[in-house]
Amino acid sequence: MSWFFTIFALAACLGAVAVVISQSVVRMAFWLVVSLGSVAGLFFLADADFIGAAQLLIYVGGTLVLLVFGIMLTASGPYMKIPASPAETVVAGLIGLMFLFMVFSTINDVDWNGSKDRIMAASGQTEKPAGFDDGSEGNTLRPLGFALLGVRPDVKDGAGYLLPFEIASVHLLVVLIGAAYLARAKRRQDVA
Amino acid sequence: MQPDLSSYLFIGAVLFVCGVICMATKRNAIGVLMGVELVLNGANVNFVAFSKYTALGLDGQVFSLFVIVLAAAEAAVALAIVLNFYNNHLTVDVDRGNKLKG
Repeated sequence: MSWFFTIFALAACLGAVAVVISQSVVRMAFWLVVSLGSVAGLFFLADADFIGAAQLLIYVGGTLVLLVFGIMLTASGPYMKIPASPAETVVAGLIGLMFLFMVFSTINDVDWNGSKDRIMAASGQTEKPAGFDDGSEGNTLRPLGFALLGVRPDVKDGAGYLLPFEIASVHLLVVLIGAAYLARAKRRQDVA
Repeated sequence: MQPDLSSYLFIGAVLFVCGVICMATKRNAIGVLMGVELVLNGANVNFVAFSKYTALGLDGQVFSLFVIVLAAAEAAVALAIVLNFYNNHLTVDVDRGNKLKG
């Protein structure tokens, strides 16, 4: 298990760094596939089996194919590589390292186990909710489906997600219609 | 390396910072989009990690599902805009989109 975690973690981080470093858009898309696929592996290791599958299906299978189509339609000839100036690269690297250092030190400073105990005490729970975070199970499909239908059998007095689910559905429909409208082939009107 | 909450958070932080740098430095509009995807994935890693290692429970996983769906919608709209930009300017260099500059 820990070997898998190390491999997936390294692939995710190195893929993300390679996305930043590489100049060609097509190579960026490839490294993004590596990074997002490894993140899906991390989801599987965190007992989030449905999220991992959705990540593979929607992100790697859907969004990235969309991006590759965008690259194919727009990257013609001289626009494959648009280099940034060296000064910009140095400044961006410095700011990124400082930002990363800040976030890392914050993660190190916070007492996560103590905060977990405080949250559980505040919400009146005595043990962790069962069914998904037990390492021997990882079967999240049924509780997730119930939660999206507004029923939470696994949590005491838990609220479901029926309204956000409906909003997301309508949002997706509107967005897809809008995207098709925006990207339609326009008739060229030549002004004489 | 034994997986625990902090290691997942470190991975999420690396993804997030890479995405921000990608958004800030890439001049290709599609590269900027890829940076956005990286940022959203860093947030997703954090959600799933908190869902497993804290008392957050299943809510984190539901939120990461919504994030995935909204990221797909965002990519569709942004690509349509990029294609429109390309049709009008014959390039996807975001520095060339300065028509509204005063």
